[in-house]
Amino acid sequence: MYNFDFVKPLNVADALVALASEEAQALGGGQTLIPTMKQRLASPEKLVSLSGISEMQGVDISGNIVTIGGATTHANVALAGAFEGLTGLAGGIGDPAVRNRGTIGGSLANNDPAACYPAAALATGATIVTNDREIDADDYFQGMFTTALEDVEIITAVRMPIPQVSNYQKFEQPASRFALVGVFVAKYADGVRVAVTGASENGVFRWSEAEGVLSTNFSADAILGMSVDSSEMISDLHGTKEYRANLVRVLTGRAVSSAS
Amino acid sequence: MPKDSGIGTSPKRREDIRFLTGNGKYTDDINLTGQSYAAFVRSDVAHGKINSIDTSAAENMAGVLAVFTGEDFADVGGNPAGWLINSRDGEPMKEPKRPVLAHGKVRHVGDAYAAVIAETAAQAQNAVDAINADITELPAIVDMATALASGSFVHDEIETNQCFDWGWIEDNRAATDAAIRSAPHVTTLSLVNNRLVPNAMESRASTADYDPGTGDYTLYTTSQNPHLTRLLICAFVLGIPENKLRVVSPDVGGGFGSKIYHYGEEALVLAAAKKLCRPVKWTASRSESFLTDAHGRDHVTKIELACEKDGTFIAFRTDTMANVGAYLSNFSTVTPTFLHGTLMAGNYTVPNVYVNVKAVFTNTAPVDAYRGAGRPEATYSLERVIDKCARELALDPIELRRKNFIKPDQFPYASAAGLEYDAGNYDALFDKLEEIVDFGGFKARRAESEKGGKLRGLGINSYIEACGIAPSNLVGILGARVGLYDAATVRVNATGNISVMVGAHSHGQGHATVFPQVVSEMLGVEENSIEIVHGDTSKIPFGMGSYGSRSLAVCGSAVVRATEKIINKATKIAAHMLEASESDIDFKDGKFSVSGTDKSVAFGEVAFKAYVPHDYPHDELEPGLEETAFYDPANFTYPSGAYACEVEVDPETGQVTVESFTAVDDFGNVINPMIVTGQVHGGIGQGIGQALLENCTYDENGQLLSASYMDYAMPRASDLPFYTVDHSCVTPCTHNPLGVKGCGEAGAIGSPPTIVNAVVDALHSGGHTHVTHIDMPVSPARVWSAINS
Repeated sequence: MYNFDFVKPLNVADALVALASEEAQALGGGQTLIPTMKQRLASPEKLVSLSGISEMQGVDISGNIVTIGGATTHANVALAGAFEGLTGLAGGIGDPAVRNRGTIGGSLANNDPAACYPAAALATGATIVTNDREIDADDYFQGMFTTALEDVEIITAVRMPIPQVSNYQKFEQPASRFALVGVFVAKYADGVRVAVTGASENGVFRWSEAEGVLSTNFSADAILGMSVDSSEMISDLHGTKEYRANLVRVLTGRAVSSAS
Repeated sequence: MPKDSGIGTSPKRREDIRFLTGNGKYTDDINLTGQSYAAFVRSDVAHGKINSIDTSAAENMAGVLAVFTGEDFADVGGNPAGWLINSRDGEPMKEPKRPVLAHGKVRHVGDAYAAVIAETAAQAQNAVDAINADITELPAIVDMATALASGSFVHDEIETNQCFDWGWIEDNRAATDAAIRSAPHVTTLSLVNNRLVPNAMESRASTADYDPGTGDYTLYTTSQNPHLTRLLICAFVLGIPENKLRVVSPDVGGGFGSKIYHYGEEALVLAAAKKLCRPVKWTASRSESFLTDAHGRDHVTKIELACEKDGTFIAFRTDTMANVGAYLSNFSTVTPTFLHGTLMAGNYTVPNVYVNVKAVFTNTAPVDAYRGAGRPEATYSLERVIDKCARELALDPIELRRKNFIKPDQFPYASAAGLEYDAGNYDALFDKLEEIVDFGGFKARRAESEKGGKLRGLGINSYIEACGIAPSNLVGILGARVGLYDAATVRVNATGNISVMVGAHSHGQGHATVFPQVVSEMLGVEENSIEIVHGDTSKIPFGMGSYGSRSLAVCGSAVVRATEKIINKATKIAAHMLEASESDIDFKDGKFSVSGTDKSVAFGEVAFKAYVPHDYPHDELEPGLEETAFYDPANFTYPSGAYACEVEVDPETGQVTVESFTAVDDFGNVINPMIVTGQVHGGIGQGIGQALLENCTYDENGQLLSASYMDYAMPRASDLPFYTVDHSCVTPCTHNPLGVKGCGEAGAIGSPPTIVNAVVDALHSGGHTHVTHIDMPVSPARVWSAINS
């Protein structure tokens, strides 16, 4: 690790000022950034911690909308119990140490192709709220580690419409225990959304064919004969494209069966 | 009344209080005044020619004290292989030099070719980044079969990538071939014994100190055997006189084999400490551990089992390629040969065994002994092919094994692979296994699993292993370059408490608890007044450390012999004190008494007399009460076991879960049942790790793909079931004084085939009968691919 300065602003305005300097980097829970720095693969001159910003903390449930502060930890999202799919997802990330440091904003800003939260955001049609705009989840995710965020832009909150029923199924990569494949299914009055993480070289995506079928028949049997195109799936030590494509179908079915 | 101390009881591990309260003292915890820090420049290519190394920028950086390259060590010796293997044609193995720092060529990713010493660790690391090497990348030699056919070489000077081509037993080859040709049934299996990264919790670390006044060196290092490390450094590498180098291995956080060996970093910090007249410290990062700790296993094997139609074994023939990596690590040549080939008769009365092992250099990290070292590879090959054979002949896998077992009345038994098994009762182990495991209820459990969409499999395994490698006379004939004895000094202090200096090294085994149990039993002195001293060449007699499940069988025997000498001398002193003839003295429960009288003296009184020798038979006896014994075993010890497990397979995802695991082992006499159970638990955990999760993989360019915990899957508690462990079947070792065998590696030896046998069984139950084998790790993706192939 190289030397760096560390600041911990108490509000978003001060954080933006701190981030304006060259080589400054926002720090959420540090679950990706700190290991990367320890490997000397990142060398920010200044870390701007977002964990002291109270306006970015907490989970608020109002009517059919849950609003989660960008600096809220996975553990606190799980504790809030907003809806089943989200609670299960947050409570299943990493281990207790990870869940008590890692944040939803950090995860969505990083957009790791194997992270869990992108699946929840995309499947619920979430709104990503930043310091100066609101971005639809469908526009936000732009490929592995790539998002619509500008250089100095902080996710201050995430708003999700609460589904009628939902479920997240994660098949863990045996080493990292990130999602080898994760599928989030969310059923709304106007249709079903299915978001898949871990599987694609293009990051999180919606399985629209399955959404169409499940919107008319919300049962695991409805998608039994379906398959997802494997051509752009990830192939690595832990599974081929075809294996990941299989898991997408299997986990979608299990998510539908388990959705509550 | 049951015993409450001594042999056969389970006092809690006394060292654990220290470890659990943060009071352990590991190498990295040792900080010396004026200490500087080393960092290494490591190759990022698998194979390359070093054209030049520009160190000038680094040398001028803040805090940098010295920079070393391979050139600085061109004139010192190489780190040697500890065992000479001769090829089938009588030619000795190829032994290219393993230098302190790579010189001329780099041969694997992580191969160190320069080092920086600086005031701080960060400054050293910054200077590492400033060293510019001009290295021409050469094609990487990774795959073993390709390496053997290749015209380019890891070591140009030997003009081959084959280290040796070993046959065991060469004289049995023709008969084995003939038996297989004419056998009524032959089962053939090709398999890979997957390469593993040892992953000791404590990474390697070394701190060297040099006293310019006396010329004495001290090396604090993470070693399983400090005397061996000293010998290698002094006699082969740096040429320091042995009496000028003290090697200290304090608390060591796990080794599993990887810390047996001497590594170049140890020599570098010693040389740097002398040059700078300052202590020099190096602690490996986890990434360095992945890249440079000696890896384990990595065999590619074809095994054939020939038998009669009724399953009577006729022959085993094995062809193995064993990866030794880029350089010969100290025990890399004996591991795939004498620790593997000699076990290829298993527990069986098979008359013909032949093993061919080709050891292959590749542009990968060195490969050496790892928990089990050769015996897991032997057991895996044997027990997988036997299981496949049982399926082909529609025989019960337990009955097939029983049919071929060596029977209790056949011991000592000369196996067809050249070992003499001294004791064992394999049928008794299976009797116990069948008593513990509810085999009768398996069908119902399988049906229950199927209701949930899962396939259930039952895996059976039998193993024999050889540990406490010995005797020195024999291994010398077979090519060993070291002796394989161990040593202990028992020092009874004037006030009656006792220090026992042992050559064995504890890095998790529990020696501080177990050895006092033995001495306490013999002397009648409380365990708590007996302390074990280990890990410091300035304090202990010359011993060979701990590996190969040898601590108790070999060093424990030395402890017994030294303690017997203590009793012998103390008896003479007591006879003088009691004014009796020595032959009339009885020693029992810590008291010397004159037979048939009520006259006695306590052990403590005798000890005091030895050190305050007023009224003492000085003409017959020296003062003091301290004795040393060296013990060289007559044979290996041969633990054996019967294992069973049940797995569930999710056919949709390929996920395997281990539902139950039962291990019945014969370890001979057991000193501390709790510690033995713990050793078996740990071994099974590592074995399940190998079977289901762990996979050290290089790509075709020699880049390590599984170079961190993001890609190298370690077993976690949630991956493991509760184990049922039994070691009540005892056939004592016939040739050591405690009748003990070794227990440290058994779990890692016995468990991998048990798991894979169970997975194959599960798949067959689901109708996937085309799957006769899946290579380890039996990952979800591999199981799914096998089902859908």
